[in-house]
Amino acid sequence: MEIAKDIRTYTPTLTEDVKVWFRAARVTDFPENGGACLRYKEHQIAVFNFARRNEWFACQNLCPHKMQMVLSRGMIGSLDGEPKVACPFHKKTFSLKTGECLNAEECSIAVFPVRIEDGYVHIGFAQ
Amino acid sequence: MTKVIVVGNGMVGYKFCEKLRSRSADIKIVVYGEEPRPAYDRVHLSSYFSGSTADDLLMAPLSWYDDNNIELHVGELVTEIDREKKEIKTHTGRRDNYDYLVLATGSSAFVPNVDGVERNGVFVYRTIEDLNQIASYAKKVKRGAVMGGGLLGLEAAKALLDLGLETHVVEFASRLMPRQIDDVGSEILSGKLAQLGIKVHTGKNTKRIAGNGKLEGLTFTDDTQLDIEILVISAGIRPRDELAKAANLEVHPRGGIVVNSFLETSDQSIFAIGEAASYNNMIYGLVAPGYDMADSVARQIAGDFSKQFTGFDMSTKLKLIGVDVASFGDPFGDNQQCIPIAFKDHRKGTYKRINISEDGKYLLGGILIGDASQYNLLHQMVMNRMPLPENPETLIIGNGSRSADSMDGVKGLPDSAQLCSCENVSKGEVIKQVRECEAKTLGDIKKATKACTGCGGCTPLVNDVIKLTLESMGHKVKKTICEHFDYSRQELFDIIKVKGVKTYEELLDAHGRGDGCEVCKPAVASLMASIWNEPILEQDTIQDTNDRFLANIQRGGTYSVVPRIAGGEITPSKLMAIGRIAQKYNLYTKITGGQRIDMFGARVEQLPDIWEELVAEGFESGHAYGKALRTIKSCVGSTWCRYGVQDSVSFAIFIEDRYKGLRAPHKLKGAVSGCIRECAEAQSKDFGVIATEKGWNLYVCGNGGARPQHAKLLVSDIDTETCIKYIDRFLMFYIKTADPLTRTATWLNKMEGGLEYLYDVVVNDSLGIGQELEEDMKKLIANYHCEWKKVVDDPALRSKFKHFVNSDEPDPTLEFVDMRGQRSPIDWNKK
Repeated sequence: MEIAKDIRTYTPTLTEDVKVWFRAARVTDFPENGGACLRYKEHQIAVFNFARRNEWFACQNLCPHKMQMVLSRGMIGSLDGEPKVACPFHKKTFSLKTGECLNAEECSIAVFPVRIEDGYVHIGFAQ
Repeated sequence: MTKVIVVGNGMVGYKFCEKLRSRSADIKIVVYGEEPRPAYDRVHLSSYFSGSTADDLLMAPLSWYDDNNIELHVGELVTEIDREKKEIKTHTGRRDNYDYLVLATGSSAFVPNVDGVERNGVFVYRTIEDLNQIASYAKKVKRGAVMGGGLLGLEAAKALLDLGLETHVVEFASRLMPRQIDDVGSEILSGKLAQLGIKVHTGKNTKRIAGNGKLEGLTFTDDTQLDIEILVISAGIRPRDELAKAANLEVHPRGGIVVNSFLETSDQSIFAIGEAASYNNMIYGLVAPGYDMADSVARQIAGDFSKQFTGFDMSTKLKLIGVDVASFGDPFGDNQQCIPIAFKDHRKGTYKRINISEDGKYLLGGILIGDASQYNLLHQMVMNRMPLPENPETLIIGNGSRSADSMDGVKGLPDSAQLCSCENVSKGEVIKQVRECEAKTLGDIKKATKACTGCGGCTPLVNDVIKLTLESMGHKVKKTICEHFDYSRQELFDIIKVKGVKTYEELLDAHGRGDGCEVCKPAVASLMASIWNEPILEQDTIQDTNDRFLANIQRGGTYSVVPRIAGGEITPSKLMAIGRIAQKYNLYTKITGGQRIDMFGARVEQLPDIWEELVAEGFESGHAYGKALRTIKSCVGSTWCRYGVQDSVSFAIFIEDRYKGLRAPHKLKGAVSGCIRECAEAQSKDFGVIATEKGWNLYVCGNGGARPQHAKLLVSDIDTETCIKYIDRFLMFYIKTADPLTRTATWLNKMEGGLEYLYDVVVNDSLGIGQELEEDMKKLIANYHCEWKKVVDDPALRSKFKHFVNSDEPDPTLEFVDMRGQRSPIDWNKK
């Protein structure tokens, strides 16, 4: 149980705190304007190729509402310009910039910096 | 830093923490709760037996207390207060100091002193622990009773019913819910309960709880008996005032910690709130006044003394075992001179009573049983002393057009009218948010005021006020689908069709703004599917997850698989094929309501393999994941049935094959019955056909779901060809004109002119679009393809079905448990 709990714990990371830039997958592995899930150590990270804004975002794959590993399968979009992802289960939406829940009183999610280099997507982690 | 200790972590104690924290971030809050878990929703306790888990009932998860910097000690009972030192002591010996102490100790069940009350099998109904004990004892017995026919007693009866017991309710008074409803109301309610399998015995005074060690029955003072094996006592509450009493705080002779209008006890640093408090000789045993008290104390501690507690309107509306019961103002009319007007309908099980003032000017109170849809408005009329209409009886029996009426009523409400009693939000506040703070949607109002976030009962009223206010500001309240498009669904339909738009991005660039969202993306995806019927996975990221993965996402993140079984007809070899495939992938199987077989628990990367095997066995996608045609249910009809007058199975299969893959604003279901006995339940479907001696009767716009509605007869005795023509037109007209996610029943309810208008369009072709509708349908049918076959045959599409982008592993967090020999996902609250 302890291990399982650990998998569901994420530490949000700011760009200045990044110690590891994890080379995750090729840019072309991600659908345009959609997401995919990647594995880093025991963690699951949702990565979104927001082609419409020419931006990339990464956040925890776990939706804090019902603790489901599913955010990478959510639809992305914007609320007054703020980029967001909607959980496919109950449509809780979270800012992809700050991780804040935008339409309910759920906990925030952890977000991670993304860097594109040599056609590869890199995600920044503090550890 | 000011430090507040809260004793008791029930609903009111929790609400107090929430309110205080929202007013001040620096006050230190420490909570001691006697129960082993944090505060949970006691009002909906019986749902624990109908599927909710203890975690579902929590007011907030443990993490909430951390996140809000609230120190919570569960399973720790406060045993002493030292008022001199301002210190409490708990049963573990822990001592803690306070600046303010808030007693939210709640109440315990009142157990009358009846002979035999100590027997095995006698329980109270108060906590989740009580419920666990009741559930485990109930496994061994068949007959149970609840002592007490009040609000909580009837909730407890629901719990026994859900546990599968023969259920009785025994009430000392001459009627059920004696504080809320009158004799006639009780009689109607008893009748409704009897239909549900609950037997009510009123006017029964229990003399003895009989048995030999364990419980065997009840003996009443009239010497009658009732044989039962389990008894749940719900005969009232006793405020938990023992801690206060021991600390020499003033308590009421009939129980309860005495408080003034500031909720102060006889010690100014100690407050009491909720059911433990006695204000003006009265205990308030409902949650709304408890929340009101919590709010008042939270304000005071944060320095705002403007809000006192001066009593609370005890009007209430609830659903008891599925039956609406409401009581408001002065329900019995015994406080003032009044004239009651009542309406009762034994057949439907409804009773409505209003008490109007002698001069006929004002509404004083009333009772509603069976249908409480007018409660909000009537309650507001009482609270705000609004003048009555000329014929007050129209308030309860209606005069035809109800929706127009309710809008008029909302207009008449004064700004002080309280719309949301859980969070105490007035009409004026909602208007202010709309006028001055740019709130435009229900979501904005919820965020700004918390209205509608408690019981949700006020949602329709709040929505009406938002709409009226926007209209009064000159906003055309236009049904745009979201912030990214200034068009309604119907307008987008025309734009896409006329301009030939094939992709979402194209549409957003030319006719929208921003980046889209989870509302407009699937709505546009559905429109494009309804207009072009091209493979939806060409735009997979605008689809809802079910459409994106062509399967239904289930708890835990696995998917379920439903192959089409048209009309519910299947050969033995195909049945075996499903069995073999389900066994191979260890899928949980269940027969669906639409006469097909659902296979649950498939991991996302397994879906193409499973479908490859299904396709090889001759199956096609069942579109159970889409807002699309689902099934055409059928009874066996004239081929086998001795009553059947037409071949309903063949017709059902024909219809299902014709419309399979058809995408619509919402899911579509149909049925064909072979005779008037209606075994296929066609009158509960979006479109249903019933065989007659001369042909078919066509019914439209029925549905099950939360608000069941019977389908309405559109035409009778038509031949097969005409029947198909009308269904084509009907479906296409619906697809073109309905709002997103609107079922046919709601679509018809909102249609101006209603069924008559629909008849004119479909049968008389009054708009002259009949032929166009038929041709549009023909094109869609010609474009049908099995979505799954396309994926199975296309390696690029197949590769999209995986959990990780950088690993072929399945999701390692999936967990299953065994249930009756098959596997189920682990409860999502246990994760």
